[in-house]
Amino acid sequence: MSMAHTAPLAMSGAPPRRAGSVRTGDRLWRLFLLAAGCGVFLLTALILIVLARLALPVLHQPGTWAFLTSSDWDPVAESFGALPFVWGTLVTSAVAVVLAFPVGLGVALFITEVAPTWLRRPVTFAIELLSAVPSVVYGLWGLFIVVPWLRETVEPALGAALGFLPLFSGPPLGLGYLAAGLVLAVMVLPTLASVSIEVMRTVPAGLRESAYALGATQWEVVRLAVLPHSRSGLVGALVLGTGRALGETMAVAMLIGNAPSVGTSLFAPGYSLASVIANEFAEAGSDAHVGALAALGLVLFLVTIAFNAAARLLIGRRQP
Amino acid sequence: MDETVRMAVRGLSAFHRGTAVLHNVTLDVRDRSVLAVIGPSGCGKSTFLRCLNRMHELAPGASVTGEILLDGRDIHGPGVDPVALRRRVGMVFQRPNPFPTMSIFENVAAGLRLNRMAGDLDAVVERALRAAALWDEVKDRLRGSPGSLSGGQQQRLCIARALAVEPEVLLMDEPASALDPIASARVEDLVHELKARYTVVIVTHNMQQAARVSDSTAFFYLGRLVEHSPTAELFTNPREERTEEYVTGRFG
Repeated sequence: MSMAHTAPLAMSGAPPRRAGSVRTGDRLWRLFLLAAGCGVFLLTALILIVLARLALPVLHQPGTWAFLTSSDWDPVAESFGALPFVWGTLVTSAVAVVLAFPVGLGVALFITEVAPTWLRRPVTFAIELLSAVPSVVYGLWGLFIVVPWLRETVEPALGAALGFLPLFSGPPLGLGYLAAGLVLAVMVLPTLASVSIEVMRTVPAGLRESAYALGATQWEVVRLAVLPHSRSGLVGALVLGTGRALGETMAVAMLIGNAPSVGTSLFAPGYSLASVIANEFAEAGSDAHVGALAALGLVLFLVTIAFNAAARLLIGRRQP
Repeated sequence: MDETVRMAVRGLSAFHRGTAVLHNVTLDVRDRSVLAVIGPSGCGKSTFLRCLNRMHELAPGASVTGEILLDGRDIHGPGVDPVALRRRVGMVFQRPNPFPTMSIFENVAAGLRLNRMAGDLDAVVERALRAAALWDEVKDRLRGSPGSLSGGQQQRLCIARALAVEPEVLLMDEPASALDPIASARVEDLVHELKARYTVVIVTHNMQQAARVSDSTAFFYLGRLVEHSPTAELFTNPREERTEEYVTGRFG
């Protein structure tokens, strides 16, 4: 009652000043938000510009195409080719995703379709915990556990069974594409699993039930209702996981063998875009060397952007 | 009307996480008849329906006690596979939900393929679509996506999908409530025709619909079966006061 009395009085006391100050505050606030919004674009653009400027000498001298297709990397002779690194990044990411996707899909199906309710939280938590492990720890685990295991058990066995394929030929070194890819697989698993879980949660209950009502078994429900409905979202998960694998630096640098060559065998050592930048940038003496590393960064940046954009597109298309 | 009992429900109670949602229901479903199940929201009518093909137990924390006999055999008996049961007791849901990535033809054939039923697939699909009064509307685009059909057509497609496996009993959970009046009337007509060959149990919110399509009607209230009578009798001369109040619109 007293509010109703005082409010008009206060209003009539100072309407112009109040209205004016509110408008100024509003304008400032909007300006701040605009700056924050544009700042993100600006940052991305600046990163691109700085990288491009650093990389310019290299992209001019041998030319962009020659840089991308040459596999010769000799900083002392100032001869730079990106192919071993692009190759290493793509191969390790492919190995990681090929190994992790079925597991991630299985985990997601387990959590959304099979697991009793009380088990869902702990399993989801365990998966999320995987993404909290620092990548250098993954690298150490790879170095001390995975690499010896690969060298002594897995690679000899694979070589004996499938050695006629170039993919599984050569001496079992341990360090190499396979080691990096395998550890990367564990690292991208949380991404793949959690995105898949989110996607499968959007399957309408009615669709699932109508499959059950037709006399479908649990697996048939997955095949008839869950997977078809989640298809494009799962592709999105795959691309998002790949994006995560492409940029991983530390663990790959510790496990890939750091040899700037293009190996056709998974057992061979290689190098990746991110790890060569991490390893060599501090010691890069010449402008050309720095430029070449920046050019590699530019390549990595563009590849990652392309993958993430593709993922957004695929996931976004499903939203109504 | 055939007087044989197709499904006999004996002392059925259903629970959800320990809470009873259905108390001691006993009723018979006669062969080749339409049983309408009515009652206010939350009265347990949907749960009742979902017990009949053991869909209720798919929900976490759900359980049932009592007996449901299909042709004299307990559907919870040892050696009864719920998957096989659901082929004999088909179901149509409130919202039409065709499998999105399959063609119209594949949708109807889905149940046949699941149950590895032999026979001429084309003929069975046509028969099911004719039975669901959809054949003439889709015969030229069987390979097309079900997404191009209207809501009413999609619902009849789902009915065709359920009929293709030749179930003995067809359960319908408010099959017309998400449809416009014309599509709804077509589904009602269809229920009338289905009665000649199938036993139908239909849950509905709409009492006029229940009166039009069913032979007998069961009224549920607060998880209990209040009254199960021939439809004409239940609507004009109910035995229970509660029923009368509900069908005359005094509550619910």
